[in-house]
Amino acid sequence: MQLMKFIKSLAYPSEMLPPIIEEEESHFDPETVHSSAKMGMWLFLATELLLFGGLFAAYAIFRAKYPVMFLEGSDSLDVVLGSVNTVILIFSSWTVAIAVQAIQENKIKLVQVMIWITLICATIFAINKYFEYTYKFSKGIGPGTDIFYSIYFASTGVHMLHVFIGMIVLGIILKKTYQGRYSKDNFTAIEIGGLYWHLVDLVWIYLFPLLYLA
Amino acid sequence: MTDHHDFDKNYLENGKGFKSWFFSVDHKRLGVMYLWAIGVFFVLAAIASFLIRFEHLSPGQTIVSAQTYNVLFTLHGAVMVFLFIVPGVAASFGNFLIPLMIGARDVIFPKLNLYSFWVYCAGSIILLGSLLAPVDTGWTFYTPYSIDTGTNVIMVTFGVFVLGFSSILTGINFIVTMHKLRAPGLTWDRLPLFCWAAYATSLLQVLATPVVGITLLLLIGERYFGLGFFDPAKGGDPVLFQHFFWFYSHPAVYIMILPAMGIISEVLPVFSRKPIFGYKAIAYSSLAIALISFLVWGHHMFTSGQSKLINIIFSVITFAVAVPTAIKVFNWLWTMYKGSIELSTAMLYSLAFIFLFTIGGLTGLFLGALAADVHLHDTYFVVAHMHYVMIGGTVFGLFSAIHFWYPKMWGKMFDEFKAKIAFVLIFIGFNVVFFPQFILGTQGMPRRYFNYSPEFAFLHQLSTYGTWILGVGFILMLYVLCRPTGPASANPYNSLSLEWQMPSPPPTLNFKEIPTVNDSTYAYGTKIEQEA
Amino acid sequence: MNWLPTSASTFAPQVDSILFLVTIISVVSIILVSFMLIYFVFKYKRKSVNDQTPAITHDSFLETLWTVIPTILCIVIFIYGYVYYDRYTTTPKDAYEINVTARRWSWSFAYPNGKKTFNELYVPINKPIRLVMQSDDVLHSFFVPAFRVKQDLIGNRYTFINFTPTKEGVFDIYCTEYCGLSHSDMIAKVHVVSEFEYAKWESGEEAKVENAYADMAPSKVGEQLYSSKGCVACHSIDGANGVGPSWKALYGKKREFTDGSSELADENYIKNSILYPVKGPDAKLVKGYGPVMPSYQGLLSDSEITAIIEYIKTIK
Repeated sequence: MQLMKFIKSLAYPSEMLPPIIEEEESHFDPETVHSSAKMGMWLFLATELLLFGGLFAAYAIFRAKYPVMFLEGSDSLDVVLGSVNTVILIFSSWTVAIAVQAIQENKIKLVQVMIWITLICATIFAINKYFEYTYKFSKGIGPGTDIFYSIYFASTGVHMLHVFIGMIVLGIILKKTYQGRYSKDNFTAIEIGGLYWHLVDLVWIYLFPLLYLA
Repeated sequence: MTDHHDFDKNYLENGKGFKSWFFSVDHKRLGVMYLWAIGVFFVLAAIASFLIRFEHLSPGQTIVSAQTYNVLFTLHGAVMVFLFIVPGVAASFGNFLIPLMIGARDVIFPKLNLYSFWVYCAGSIILLGSLLAPVDTGWTFYTPYSIDTGTNVIMVTFGVFVLGFSSILTGINFIVTMHKLRAPGLTWDRLPLFCWAAYATSLLQVLATPVVGITLLLLIGERYFGLGFFDPAKGGDPVLFQHFFWFYSHPAVYIMILPAMGIISEVLPVFSRKPIFGYKAIAYSSLAIALISFLVWGHHMFTSGQSKLINIIFSVITFAVAVPTAIKVFNWLWTMYKGSIELSTAMLYSLAFIFLFTIGGLTGLFLGALAADVHLHDTYFVVAHMHYVMIGGTVFGLFSAIHFWYPKMWGKMFDEFKAKIAFVLIFIGFNVVFFPQFILGTQGMPRRYFNYSPEFAFLHQLSTYGTWILGVGFILMLYVLCRPTGPASANPYNSLSLEWQMPSPPPTLNFKEIPTVNDSTYAYGTKIEQEA
Repeated sequence: MNWLPTSASTFAPQVDSILFLVTIISVVSIILVSFMLIYFVFKYKRKSVNDQTPAITHDSFLETLWTVIPTILCIVIFIYGYVYYDRYTTTPKDAYEINVTARRWSWSFAYPNGKKTFNELYVPINKPIRLVMQSDDVLHSFFVPAFRVKQDLIGNRYTFINFTPTKEGVFDIYCTEYCGLSHSDMIAKVHVVSEFEYAKWESGEEAKVENAYADMAPSKVGEQLYSSKGCVACHSIDGANGVGPSWKALYGKKREFTDGSSELADENYIKNSILYPVKGPDAKLVKGYGPVMPSYQGLLSDSEITAIIEYIKTIK
């Protein structure tokens, strides 16, 4: 019985999403659960920032050590594609914010549209990144070329991983909105899913100038 | 869900069989499962260490080859650190006790708690899976050796990366639980000190683990994609790896020791029938240690080639972290002053903790002093120092907890007399193993040496004989714990903290009614002398 | 029992004085703690379950006391450690510089006059020495217990050690940063000699060395070189596979190389392998082994190579 439940939860990874607690199973009142989930998510975001903090520290150290390499490397990156991606991510952050606002007013339709737009933006971002990567590879540049490209591929790669995780999270939330799982009394998941997406956006806002505009 | 049923049945009776445990979100069952898991890993790593010591019975090859020796000390270190002692007391007793101590029915995210355990299991399996091509880097994975060696570094580091998630999620769970679920009246300055220690530990887990996460991810990238951060051949910097690594691994030392300090702070008042002395000093020094521990990582690297100025700064801050530790030791001692002391097994382990941890702390002063560290770094002195803190501290704390909460956890009593014999053997054995290593280190015996000069033979042999005493002690302790003598009452020690105010073992949902707390957890003794 | 290794540099007594100071502080502290522990346990032993105990929760005076005293002690120890460390890391003006290169699992030393030695460091007594060190591969650490000095060697930057030897003799050099299979055999010797002898050694009078071997059979000389020149770290003589091929029954054996060719191991093959193990004319690598052996060109004389070959012939 429990095994079946476990297998089902594997098939629906949304069950795995930590902060989503089935109300009927909780020992605690919904208000506590909501504020706790938010607090937990903020703590988790702090760990994410520290994760990228390691990369930023490495960036600072090696940039001080190899200033010329970083200038040349930065020049070789496509500022136009980078800028487009920045605009796209900032825009998608805004649409997520609207979705979080909308669910509190019970506008499910608007929530769905906004999350769809966010997902489309994320997809465009990923496609752009794919072209950037393949162009670099075609010129024989890879993660091992020099320290600048090590930083470039490591940090944008780890960021890309977060974009994909964010897309999965938002995708699951989107699916659940169609199942009518959320309302203005139950929107914790959308709110913290949105927080996660803002983090993805925030990290890129730092990565873009550091890598492309240096 | 919360029907009458769950308060009548205790948590051990609530379902039988593997599935009722492995899929349980009950914090007590999770605590017990963590305890079993860390127990198994402790035995595994201990066996590795017995082989290591046996190898040193004579210079040159005794029983294993040099490569096997290198694998053994890596296995011992990696399993002890990442599978046993980092999750260790916090995950096992933290899970079991925190909700009971703060008057909650569970941790705030019970499901997340179960997932953390599964992630821990997955990480352990990945890490141990590397045994197919066992790693020989040492548990510190220093580059460029770890980039260069032909062994399975990717698998081990990925295992540690996964374990990091378990650590972070457990930390978040505990922090939020303690913020949101304290019973009415249980203010922060009435919170049991074990909870304070667990809180400081959780902070460290949340703030330090991501950094080792990215470090190990980059190390995997170096091996897999050819990134160049830590490889001098590519313009990278191996010292940077050490900075990143110790930025996590020094706070990790306090992740290991703080929960044990919390246990001591619980056990001493009960068996002295005195309030803990200097509650605030102990609580705040836990936080102080947690914060300062983020700023001392460089003392692992005094001879690594970092700049002189940085070494001096790290040396100053290292001494700053010694002070709150000293404060704790004296506060524990003074808790016993004018008390009514009962030498139970748990109390003996706690007293041994104070003694051994003090030695561990004092020998840290040698290593913090710059000029002395130049001589002592990477010798057996460091090995002995670290084991005095980790075994003499954490493991003795854990053993104290296992005996102290045994009645609560299992609802049974154990044979105190035999347990005390086991304690004596463990205490003597431990000192015979590790005290000679201080002298070995001072004489210049480097660590991680398969072979050694004959002049060191006597002390090495002494140390090896000690492991046999220690081993007998461990086995006797296990034997005693596996043979309970009779049912336990709800509160066999007349303790005042919340977890003893319920039946042993606790009901599945802990509290039928959430209790209201009116006084300090440590309100022992008559109030006549209490100051305003 | 000797608590400390021989003290043979100006830095050693300084380190020892800190060790002594902290030992005193530690012993006094641990006696204090143990005394309180044991005294309290006996004095306040539980007599009955109804024992009355006072509710002492804190005492500002005592707590201040045991905050302030450890703080002062810590400051004192730090200052001691700092002052001596500062002296140790400050390079004297007239220091004699020697270059040190570490590789798995051997040390080589290059002197200002162009001389090179292998696993043997020669330094004059009472003269400040500065080692300029670099690693060829992974991290290593240069440790001489008798001098109390230790420093890691890194791949792409130099690190330094200063010391002034004060005692003639031969002392151990250990590697203390784990570097793989033969880490514990990466041992060299430092010879502290009088200034006169040093000048003699420096001017190239290796006669002393040759003389020492004069009345020994070449295979015996080879046996000594086997351990003193570090061959032992990679090549076993009992047939066990190490980093390099075993020397057991090597002479006359058919060797198969990575490029597919093969050759019988004769005198010329062995000499060539010692001088050009990886790079150079006719360098050949035996199948199943990595290109890790350093060249011994300039580090072994022809007669020494002959001695080693003779030694290999005796290992059956």
